[in-house]
Amino acid sequence: MPFLESEEENLPRRKGVLIMDEKTVRRALTRIAHEIIERNKGAENLGLIGIKTRGAYLAERLAKIIFEIEEVQVPLGFMDITLYRDDIQTKLDQPIVQKTEVMFDVADKIIILVDDVLFTGRTIRAALDQIIDFGRPKLIQLAVLVDRGHRELPIRADYIGKNIPTALNEQVVVKIQEVDGEDSVTIEKEKRK
Amino acid sequence: MKLKSRHLLGLEGISKEEIGLILDTAETFKEVLERPIKKVPTLRGVTVVNLFYEASTRTRISFELAEKRLSAELVNFSASTSSVKKGETLKDTVKNIEAMKIDMVVIRHQSAGTPYFLTQCLSSSIINAGDGAHEHPTQGLLDLFTLREKYKKIEGLKVVIVGDIKHSRVARSNIWGLKTMGASVAVCGPTTLMPYEIDKMGVGVYSNLDEALRGADVVNVLRIQLERQKGGLLPSLREYANEFGINSDRLKRLNPNFTIMHPGPINRGVEITPEVADGPYSVILDQVTNGVAIRMAVLYLLSGGEGKVE
Amino acid sequence: MNKKTSIEAELIIAGGRIIDPASKLDKVGDIYIRDGKIIKIETKKLIPRKKIRFSPEIIDAFDKIVTPGLIDMHAHLREPGREDEETILTGSEAAVAGGFTSICCMPNTQPPIDNQESVKFIYEKAKSAKCKVYPVAGATKGLKGEELTEIADLVKAGAVAISDDGRPIYSSSLMRYALEYSKMYDLPVISHCEDLALSSDGVMNEGFVSTVLGLKGIPGVAEEVMVARDIRLAEFTKSRVHIAHVSTEGSVNLIREAKRKGVKITCEATPHHFTLTDEIIKTFDTNAKVNPPLRTKKDLDALKKGLKDGTIDCIATDHAPHSIEEKDVEFDAAPFGMVGLETALGLVITELIEKKVLTWIEAIARMTINPVKILKLNAGQIKVGMPADLTVIDPETNWVVEPKEFKSKSKNSPFGGRKLKGRAFLTIVGGKVAYQS
Repeated sequence: MPFLESEEENLPRRKGVLIMDEKTVRRALTRIAHEIIERNKGAENLGLIGIKTRGAYLAERLAKIIFEIEEVQVPLGFMDITLYRDDIQTKLDQPIVQKTEVMFDVADKIIILVDDVLFTGRTIRAALDQIIDFGRPKLIQLAVLVDRGHRELPIRADYIGKNIPTALNEQVVVKIQEVDGEDSVTIEKEKRK
Repeated sequence: MKLKSRHLLGLEGISKEEIGLILDTAETFKEVLERPIKKVPTLRGVTVVNLFYEASTRTRISFELAEKRLSAELVNFSASTSSVKKGETLKDTVKNIEAMKIDMVVIRHQSAGTPYFLTQCLSSSIINAGDGAHEHPTQGLLDLFTLREKYKKIEGLKVVIVGDIKHSRVARSNIWGLKTMGASVAVCGPTTLMPYEIDKMGVGVYSNLDEALRGADVVNVLRIQLERQKGGLLPSLREYANEFGINSDRLKRLNPNFTIMHPGPINRGVEITPEVADGPYSVILDQVTNGVAIRMAVLYLLSGGEGKVE
Repeated sequence: MNKKTSIEAELIIAGGRIIDPASKLDKVGDIYIRDGKIIKIETKKLIPRKKIRFSPEIIDAFDKIVTPGLIDMHAHLREPGREDEETILTGSEAAVAGGFTSICCMPNTQPPIDNQESVKFIYEKAKSAKCKVYPVAGATKGLKGEELTEIADLVKAGAVAISDDGRPIYSSSLMRYALEYSKMYDLPVISHCEDLALSSDGVMNEGFVSTVLGLKGIPGVAEEVMVARDIRLAEFTKSRVHIAHVSTEGSVNLIREAKRKGVKITCEATPHHFTLTDEIIKTFDTNAKVNPPLRTKKDLDALKKGLKDGTIDCIATDHAPHSIEEKDVEFDAAPFGMVGLETALGLVITELIEKKVLTWIEAIARMTINPVKILKLNAGQIKVGMPADLTVIDPETNWVVEPKEFKSKSKNSPFGGRKLKGRAFLTIVGGKVAYQS
């Protein structure tokens, strides 16, 4: 099963404004890892769940950093939220469903949900519903690399790599090493159709 | 990647990529079925009608479960042919049902081509749950899924379908699907139950079971209907069991790591002996489990949005 | 003399290419008509075109083909009983639109045409029809295959043949008696050849296509064993048998052999059987469900060969109207049959003449003089003194079959949307224009 194809890859390359590069991404993730440990007083009862595609790799990286700091192996899961989307009946083609792999018990854990960009909040809503179908966590927190605003639901992030105020016709493009061969965040002017 | 048609009428003409997509999607749904809450909200607001004009237990339950686990609304309609024949036509029945705002129709009918006929009367997506001796595509898909699960790939497998090929929609859907996925297929059964020019479908044709089984990886055993004896197609079920029944002695001719399949319901002691049906190589119950996942995948992939004309 | 005749004529068909198979005539000429009869055929001193334009009694047939009025010896007109599907009137309207001036209606109506009264009923109704209608009467009472009808009475009332069409005369002994008895009146028995045990509940040709579709098959042998039986019975009784709607290669071969041996056998083929194969059923189109079923390419080629070498005497439509309600159902539940009167000529021209299977004269013979010889009708020839039943064909016109525009009450044709070349331009029945395109 191929990993979800990067939607951006199919688009013609457009020059954008570079907001974060490899170094700043790394720093942001390290800071988030520290904040998570600090806020939850250690890493003992944590569980990380990354939203596919890029959030999954970011969660993996956070787990690694947390291990480096605390020497605790935080259980890691990946989630595809397609089946919980609220726009499934209005899309022309059904999105390809990927596997959800949450191999640990979420009940009574502090779950850190990880994604690359926080935008309307709809993806997070879907992920929250899905997590709750897996069990009843003690707490769910949200970590994102970029918060670009324009929320359509009452959702906020607990840990943010960078706040990037954007216009609706702009597009935030997150690239990460594991998928795109580089770490970067850029803003592109034109909104994709 | 998406399915070319908004209906699933058969596996004839369905591409390798499309089958691959359905099987991949079914893998995800199989994982859903192992969750504590075996249900996702995906098809909330979608209404599915299960139209069963022919008796069926497992296919109907399997579709119902698949619909429920996708949070679809479902309505069941079962009718015996006789009562329907006296009353309104099939077209009137389905037109009336569609007028109640439904999105998808799952149909089982004793007359081949009826799902195709429905695509011309209705605007809903139509899923064939078995039409006469024509096709039973979800059964074909779940058989492919079960084989892929065990062998990782279907290409190169040698599959023998044994029994009443003439009257079997399962055989036809399996032949199309297996051939598309690169398996080599043979059919074996009494010559009276072999349809005309079946070899032109690209399958080996045998009337000697021992020859057919030699070197095969998979045996798909079809149910033999009692009525065939009355129609003069078979002298007796006893003779059928002797000549075409799968027993443990015959399994020796198969390749190691072989598989026994049966679409059910089983006539134990006729087409298959109990010890073979229950043997470690039998995937008969896996087929049933996988049926739900396959049907969820099909329902999901066919339930596009409003602009689903394309 | 010429001038005088032209004044006396009520109608002149001028300047057309006259094809009359009976007299082997194929020449441009003028046909003079008076009192419903042909009074003169002029192929030398033709009326100049200028004059044609200004004379209302002269029909310009320049670039057209003029043939004896076409005859369909096999149509189902559904009256009495199913007037919602067709009547003798609407059937005759469809016939003249298709270029036919005489049609024979089969007896499987409700009730069937199996006694003198019902034969008279057909003739009574036919008085107001657009073309001539000749009843074929039942061979057995109620078409039940149990007792012979009163054949002498039927002949006196005007039945042109006897048949249980739609069903075979299943009992071989009854078939023997039907042949023997009708011999007294030199009446042909038209046989629908089908071994009902072999065809069973089949719905299409048994072949690779039925295997793929999972539809129950009617094997070619279901027809052939009955053709073989009827040949032997006709030979034994020295009677005339006519095999309806021959559909398989095997049947054609059996009939060819029988004719060689001198058996009094004739037969017909339908346009749908020499045009379509069972491949068309792949879309489960119930309009293509017909009995005998559409066969394979091999059979289609054999029919064409049989038409060419004269094994097959006639082209007949087996026009079988069915209501939309009856056909708009699942394939197994639909009745057999398709309409054919309005597509037959176009299919003959497109599939046989254009494709060089038959010459014009051969094709027209199979739709005129050949059925006339079998049924002994006073028609089918362009000859002085004969009834002026004529068909003027526009051989070059290209058209698309649109069942909605059919004159027939029923629209169950699998040819909808098909492009055809050639159709009737004018149909004259008894000297009167019955149809003009």
